[in-house]
Amino acid sequence: MVEADSRAVLGEDIAEFIDECRKDEHPRGLLIAVLHKVQAKFGFLDGPHLDAVAQLLRVPAADVSGVASFYHYFRLKPRGKYMIHICMGTACFVKGADLVAAKLKDELGITFGETSPDGMFSLEGTRCIGTCGLAPVMMIDENVHAEVTPDKIPVILEEYLQKARAEKE
Amino acid sequence: MKTVASQVSKQFNALSERAQKHLKSLGHPQSVVIQVGSATCENAAGSREVRSEFQKHIAASGRDDIILRQTGCTGRCSREPIVSVFKPGQVPIKYELVNRELVHEIFTQHVLAGEPLLDKVLDGPMTHMYRYELLYCASERCGWNETKSCGDALREKIAAKGLGKETLRVDQASCFGACGVEQIGKCSHILVRPDKVLYRIRSEADIDTIIDEHILGGQIVDKLVVPGKTVGRKFMELYGDVSFFNRQSRVAMRHNGVIDPTSMEEYFRYRGFHALATVLEKGDPNWVIEQITEAKLRGRGGGGFSTGAKWTMGANSAKGVRYLVCNADEGDPGAFMDRSMLESDPLNVVEGMIIGAYAIGATQGYVYIRAEYPLAIERIKHAIQLCREWGLLGKDILGSGFDFELDIRLGAGAFVCGEETALIHSIEGERGQPRFRPPYPTESGIWGRPTVINNVETFANITAILNYGADWFGQIGTEVSGGTKVFALAGKVLHTGLVEVPMGTTLHDVVMEIGGGAAGKKKLKAIQTGGSAGGFIPAKWLDTKIDFDTLNKAGSIMGSGGMIVLDEDDCMVDIAKFFLVFSQEESCGKCTPCREGTTRMLEILNKITEGRGTEEDIERLERLAKLAQKASLCGLGKTAPNPVLSTLEHFREEFIAHVIEKRCPAKKCTALIHYVIDEEKCIGCTACARNCPVNCIAGQRKQLHVIDQEHCIKCGRCFEVCRFEAVIKE
Ligand SMILES: Cc1cc2nc3c(=O)[nH]c(=O)nc-3n(C[C@H](O)[C@H](O)[C@H](O)COP(=O)(O)O)c2cc1C
Ligand code: SF4
Ligand code: SF4
Ligand code: SF4
Ligand code: FES
Ligand code: FES
Repeated sequence: MVEADSRAVLGEDIAEFIDECRKDEHPRGLLIAVLHKVQAKFGFLDGPHLDAVAQLLRVPAADVSGVASFYHYFRLKPRGKYMIHICMGTACFVKGADLVAAKLKDELGITFGETSPDGMFSLEGTRCIGTCGLAPVMMIDENVHAEVTPDKIPVILEEYLQKARAEKE
Repeated sequence: MKTVASQVSKQFNALSERAQKHLKSLGHPQSVVIQVGSATCENAAGSREVRSEFQKHIAASGRDDIILRQTGCTGRCSREPIVSVFKPGQVPIKYELVNRELVHEIFTQHVLAGEPLLDKVLDGPMTHMYRYELLYCASERCGWNETKSCGDALREKIAAKGLGKETLRVDQASCFGACGVEQIGKCSHILVRPDKVLYRIRSEADIDTIIDEHILGGQIVDKLVVPGKTVGRKFMELYGDVSFFNRQSRVAMRHNGVIDPTSMEEYFRYRGFHALATVLEKGDPNWVIEQITEAKLRGRGGGGFSTGAKWTMGANSAKGVRYLVCNADEGDPGAFMDRSMLESDPLNVVEGMIIGAYAIGATQGYVYIRAEYPLAIERIKHAIQLCREWGLLGKDILGSGFDFELDIRLGAGAFVCGEETALIHSIEGERGQPRFRPPYPTESGIWGRPTVINNVETFANITAILNYGADWFGQIGTEVSGGTKVFALAGKVLHTGLVEVPMGTTLHDVVMEIGGGAAGKKKLKAIQTGGSAGGFIPAKWLDTKIDFDTLNKAGSIMGSGGMIVLDEDDCMVDIAKFFLVFSQEESCGKCTPCREGTTRMLEILNKITEGRGTEEDIERLERLAKLAQKASLCGLGKTAPNPVLSTLEHFREEFIAHVIEKRCPAKKCTALIHYVIDEEKCIGCTACARNCPVNCIAGQRKQLHVIDQEHCIKCGRCFEVCRFEAVIKE
């Protein structure tokens, strides 16, 4: 792959960000930052993205994919429109997060790591999002929903579906 | 040297003036201030909506003397959103659980008409308004010499003078931080609100004077006011309103919920960068390290290592590039104090880091923060940006010749990256796997250079030590461990939230007095501290004093300060399993005792909770646990067995019940319970049958329903939906 192709795969914004990173004394230290940027833009890290990052940042491709797969936060599969992170941390667990998770799986017909067939929601279990005092909690994109109960799940999901419909119109 | 000092003070004064000018331009002193929290937890509870609702009301009222302020969070999660109203001359009022409707009432009745909504106040209801509030120190340390307790004496005298509840209210508070060595055992302290005056009293006669002159005469009794320099005095002037509600002693979190976390000017008003200026004027890194050592500050990230000793190693390390890192990975589920501090008072953490960098001679720093904290990331980024603009980061800070740059590095959801050697690998852009120590990071860290790593809360304490004195800080807490510790109370406790108390405070004070005990009239069973690396302290040991060493003795650890309260409905075997699942999933897989050990232990625990366990399994579990403890490479593996060992120690009978009687005493383990319908209670509403996912409940409308045990998958739906308590777990 030539460099121009890599730039095209990632887009000029990210390519330029990588250019900036390369000016750092230790560009390698910015690999994780670059991967965060790529994921924020594309929703997940695809094979070609990783190769392009490797080429532009001058890091071996095996290292890039090794890092991408080591960290739980990085997704290697496409995600739905909304990302649901349900907290499975201690405080949430003792307050019944398992019941909420079961309800979510039930409603969406998927399990952790999957995306609903309509492409609207991806579901992920996560470790503590730091709002333990309002347990159990879940985060949809960057919105934290506090003190969720199984009953509230359909209502919350519907809110997002409505939002999506409104955006379309 | 002299010229540097004068240069620093000149530049610092210029910045102070700039801040003051800006603050003056904001509003006149007679303004009403409405304060709304803004942190992840506050926002989750609905504070954004509350804020915009107030904005609308203020605009509609056409008043220009009503100010809406944003602060971080005060750490009272279960009562959020919290709104404070400050009217000149009135005791500040805090409202809890505010929503849109309540905003309207607060605005029209309190802000405009001057009538507080007494039934809606935090920790209320209040039965009446009062002019003064007297808080006396109920902490053991500065207790006084008179035979009657300070509180009793105070109450008697008030009654004797016939002062009604409309005039004043009396309550106890925790340490005000006004107790130097020389005062111990000789005096007590009383804070008068809303005047924010802190008195030192030595005798009952002093109490008379305060009542006569201040409460009745409206004159501050100068001779009893805690004199000039003490911290207590300063704290009271600045934070008197929030820090001591609920019997806490706030040092690291002293600004949380008080200042606007996005404003450099406000931070200056609360002595911002005063500590840095002092340090740079002195121009002696060793002096800083001496102060931190004398303060007996121990790292708040879990290990409890002496910060002074760590900084000394950093300062004595190889010359050349050195790094300073703030560990904001906060991976322990159930701990959220670091997030709260970063969101509510980020400049304080940054100032602590700049001072640390100066002390150890670092020129580059990193804040390693977990990606799961978007708002904290935003706030700390903003704080760094502000510091650059104000000349507090970058080249030649405050004209001292000292250069320091600070950048952010994001984690990516790997718990093990909180471990310092893994964290270093992560900052280097590698997989976050730990390595064997030594060499310790202070010798060889990032890119092989000396690196000092400290926790967020550790840094948050630095400015307090330097502004208010190492001896004062060392006084708070125990012989070997100075200052306070922030705990995150969560789980089955009435008041969830952040609690900061002196080291050495008892668990009872934190969980029962401040936390209000177990929620919902349940019986408290145990308190989990230290997360997946910690253990359980049974309810009967509530009088344990909290400190690094005492918790170790009780078979747990301090950890980062997460405190999960468990009640009678929690199955200890199940919780131990929960932690092991966590450790097993988070194990980086590098070494066998941890990777295989956790997997095997988990298999056994699964067997036990599924009712297939034997007594030998318990013994095997213990053996495996001890092996992993001994042979693992890093802290994760070494501590992963702790929750299991601790439950075996304190709650062995629950294991035995699962294994021998095949019974789960807390009725939690699905395999060991079944659902039945009570003949007496069932009215035949059909709700359970309609909700059963496998259609195994039979019964006609208005007739007794019955569960087919063969087909029941024990999902618990029927139990949840029956409104007549007819479905029971057995
Ligand atoms: C598995 C593991 C996870 C850790 N996670 C954290 C963390 O999230 N935050 C933290 O400050 N320290 C964490 N530590 C402790 C750090 O290794 C290190 O001791 C600490 O950051 C030093 O700071 P202090 O001296 O100020 O406490 C962890 C340790 C281990 C073994
Ligand atoms: S003890 Fe566990 S987490 Fe630590 S290095 Fe070994 S496998 Fe990795
Ligand atoms: S829900 Fe309760 S009351 Fe109604 S039929 Fe079922 S067991 Fe009976
Ligand atoms: S526990 Fe679930 S499967 Fe069993 S009877 Fe109740 S609803 Fe049906
Ligand atoms: S344990 Fe769920 S938010 Fe912390
Ligand atoms: S109040 Fe912010 S931590 Fe909960």
